[in-house]
Amino acid sequence: MKCRQGMGRTVACLMLLSAMVVSPLVQAKEATLMQADAVLEKRVMALAYELRCLVCQNQSLGDSHSKFAIDMRTEIRDQMRLGQDDEQVTEFMVQRYGDFIRFRPPVKSTTYLLWFGPFILLALGAVVLFISLKIRKRTVKTMPMSDEDRKRADALLGDK
Amino acid sequence: MVRYLKYLTPLLVFLVMVWFLGKGLYLNPRDVPSPLVGKPAPVFSVANLGDPELQFSSEQMKGKVWILNVWASWCRPCRDEHPLFVELGRQNMVPIVGLNYKDQRGDALQWLRALGDPYYASVYDGDGKVGMDFGVYGVPETYVIDQQGIIRYKHTGPVTAKSLEDKVVKLVKELQG
Repeated sequence: MKCRQGMGRTVACLMLLSAMVVSPLVQAKEATLMQADAVLEKRVMALAYELRCLVCQNQSLGDSHSKFAIDMRTEIRDQMRLGQDDEQVTEFMVQRYGDFIRFRPPVKSTTYLLWFGPFILLALGAVVLFISLKIRKRTVKTMPMSDEDRKRADALLGDK
Repeated sequence: MVRYLKYLTPLLVFLVMVWFLGKGLYLNPRDVPSPLVGKPAPVFSVANLGDPELQFSSEQMKGKVWILNVWASWCRPCRDEHPLFVELGRQNMVPIVGLNYKDQRGDALQWLRALGDPYYASVYDGDGKVGMDFGVYGVPETYVIDQQGIIRYKHTGPVTAKSLEDKVVKLVKELQG
């Protein structure tokens, strides 16, 4: 931009010039603010992905654009600003919405079957396999090959 | 016998799976068990819907069995269940507190004028903070709270004539003794 004559223009040019001088300072300040926010935002989103959006149940609070999820993220952000750690925020949510809000269910008496069920099934499968192999061993007899069989096999395989 | 068992086992396993999966079809995924049932209701103090100067505290309800109905004028299902609460309010058997959730006062008041106001007290939760303490995630929601301030029942979504009668009114009568 070229600065031309005229009172208005001069003022505009001065403003532009001052803006050019001042703005890096403002930007620098904003950048540090943004940086602090970015760290916070990262924490907020990391936790939001761990929590279920109860309105759109198979999405996390981080994925969802529903009003509920946005409100919940705001709540998480507010609490983190107040210095609450992830655990405390999660606890706050669980107290109100129940364990269902967590994508990773905690290990407790009501969830033992959920956590250990697959291992029980695996063990059960191993027992069934073991027993059926045992039974098989008993029923399958070893039959020695007769000379006749050997001859036929040799003929088929083309050996002398 | 053992031979038959070999063929019957897959069939039995299949039938058990069908039973479980079939049962799953009839479960309501919105029916999230509230951790608050059986626990003291969150204590709240908020402004009245019609008169922002007037404060309402849930402590006022101590000693009474009462119903908390969370609603909003933007909520379509609230309109469906509202006549049932108007009818219940007319019977004067239990105080119903209406918590207007994330709404505009003007809209809410107009809604009540048009559809009837069954509420013992109408209170305003514009930012949804009280709702959050109650674990509200969809409106309408209805709570039955006993004399000691314990939440005895929570209904998510609009009540029907049947669920209101069978669950809510029945429980209220039981609690009132």
